[in-house]
Amino acid sequence: MNPLPPTEQATRPHEPASVRDTEGGKSGIVVRVRGLVNRFGAQVVHRNLDLDIRRGEILGLVGGSGSGKSVLLRSIIGLQKFESGTVEVFGQNINRLSPEEAERLRRRWGVLFQDGALFSALRVGENVEVPLREFYRLPARMRCELACMKLAMVGLDSDVMCKYPAELSGGMRRRAGLARALASDPELLFLDEPTSGLDPISAARFDSLIQHLARALGLTVMLVTHDLDTLFTVCDRIAVLADGRVIVAGSLNEVLACDHPWVREYFHGPRAHLALASHARTATGDDAPDREG
Amino acid sequence: MTGQAQQQGEESAPLVLERGEAPTDLRILVRGAWTLTRAGTLDRQVAAFEIPAASSLARSEAPRGAPLPGDERGGEEERRSRPRPRPRLLLDLSAVTALDTSGAWLIDRLVGRLHDAGWEVEIAGLGEEWRHLLELARHRPVTVPEMPPEPHPLTGFVADIGEATVHILNNFGALLTFFGVVVARFARSLFQPRRFRFTSLVYQMEMVGLRAMAIVGLISFLIGAVVVNQGAVQLEKFGAEVLVSDLVGISVLRELGILLTAVILAGRSGSSFTAQIGSMVLHEEVDAMRALGLDPVEVLVIPRLLAMVLTLPLLTFYADIMGLLGGGLMAWGTLDIDVTQYLTRLQEATGWRDFAIGLIKAVFFAVIISVVGCFHGLVVERNAESVGRHTTTAVVEAIFMVIVLDAFFAVFFTTIGW
Repeated sequence: MNPLPPTEQATRPHEPASVRDTEGGKSGIVVRVRGLVNRFGAQVVHRNLDLDIRRGEILGLVGGSGSGKSVLLRSIIGLQKFESGTVEVFGQNINRLSPEEAERLRRRWGVLFQDGALFSALRVGENVEVPLREFYRLPARMRCELACMKLAMVGLDSDVMCKYPAELSGGMRRRAGLARALASDPELLFLDEPTSGLDPISAARFDSLIQHLARALGLTVMLVTHDLDTLFTVCDRIAVLADGRVIVAGSLNEVLACDHPWVREYFHGPRAHLALASHARTATGDDAPDREG
Repeated sequence: MTGQAQQQGEESAPLVLERGEAPTDLRILVRGAWTLTRAGTLDRQVAAFEIPAASSLARSEAPRGAPLPGDERGGEEERRSRPRPRPRLLLDLSAVTALDTSGAWLIDRLVGRLHDAGWEVEIAGLGEEWRHLLELARHRPVTVPEMPPEPHPLTGFVADIGEATVHILNNFGALLTFFGVVVARFARSLFQPRRFRFTSLVYQMEMVGLRAMAIVGLISFLIGAVVVNQGAVQLEKFGAEVLVSDLVGISVLRELGILLTAVILAGRSGSSFTAQIGSMVLHEEVDAMRALGLDPVEVLVIPRLLAMVLTLPLLTFYADIMGLLGGGLMAWGTLDIDVTQYLTRLQEATGWRDFAIGLIKAVFFAVIISVVGCFHGLVVERNAESVGRHTTTAVVEAIFMVIVLDAFFAVFFTTIGW
């Protein structure tokens, strides 16, 4: 059922993909957030938040409900006007760009919103074609074939192209949304709760899909998630958001060692123990080198 | 075509064919950036690139006979039936400066074409990361599904008419069924008064009636004034300007007051019924109600229906008064007809029947507007676009039915002599 070849990240230790290194992005930091402040009325969401996303890594962002994970994501991609602080993506301050520069920058990232956010009036194939149609001059036939390839990349058959998003299941919509996010070959991918609301099998498949694609395409990925399995299996680094700032960011072991009460409760609760145990089992079972070790 | 080195175009060509000393030593050099930005150009250039025929090598070594028409096909069949080692071709990617999935896909397609031409393709000069890209793009049988074929214009037109007719009839049938359900539930509520949602009713009456007073009043006032203004021009020809009271009285009481109010409420409240209930359907709130054992018709429809039935006549009365007021002011201001004159004529020209006709129609129109609005809200499909479509349909349908019914009423009341 899953058309993807077995992932090879285990045999291929992660390395920063220097292949696609272009301008900007000093010292391998793709996204640099400094002193971010977000406030809704009297409620302060972020107070002096700092965050780095390194080139080629998969960063998982966790935090309690209402801790401002999605707001942080929206601040980075420019959907949320923040009160103060700076956000640099590929070394460019997103608030100091001309409209043309901003448009060029936006083509270098892809965003997967919760539940795909496909345009309901367009067929799935047309949805994936949207970035290609708007920003590139391609013959219609080729555009269609590229869309078909992207859908195949995320494990969808070509017959979903003619369907409307409403006719797809949640998991398929998520995959189609990923195909649209990948349509213009971005270097940076933002995923907002990619596995929430999926059954464990679909969620696990989506996890391995993200991991496989990130390695094969040399992507930098930031994903917001609640899913402990996703965190443990997919992410290279984990950033924990609490009290309006990133309280710890690092490998799984570094985060586990943190003794902030929220982190302790989150990573040492019963569900976390189960997920950790199964993660440890699969890691040894597959005879894979422990990335964190 | 069989030169020493075949170059496609100028120096920047993405594909260069190079031949070595031996006839089987063939190399295609792939150069430049193979990315999405250049994909359109690359696609053309790759398509224009002449694939060297692998069979020509084999044939040039063989003794050449007279070329027969069936020669090539015979050669192919021979190749298929008797597998012989394919001539090798080297695809050198070392001069590629940038590659993404689109470029990898184009290269993969080129490899496929070379393979079809009978070559054994060997890929060289590929970095580790790009190997992954090529693997992603490889073995993806890109079969773009065909869209359903466009029907012949004429048959398509006829089919559209048929489809629309069936749709309208089905829709009307469903609407009648729904109306029946609403009446049944309403009747049940009459015997069990505690089933009435009083709070909801009052809230809906405020939204439907009270909040519409400004717009209904203003429009009626202006229309009353316009009728007097325009009517006076015509009546002046007969020296019967004083009859504007008759004109404005009859038209506002019998037709304009109720019709304008009904149209405004169809646009204002009928549409909001559909949108409110539709978005509740969209968020599974209606399903949740059913699951909890609540009846959506009782909870959602009846309060709205009752609110409309109670407030539309009241609004109509208010619209009548405002229309007459507007007419009177216009008459007083521009025609030197004073208030006493205006009111006296009005009283002589119009009776309680004219006034009653408006209010009777109001009850019927209220039922139409609210039932159509709620019906379309409840039949919304589970997507956002459907809510918008049904909202539009509800308004159009409600106004259409109001005006058709109004025409029937006009004939009916004239016939019974009212």
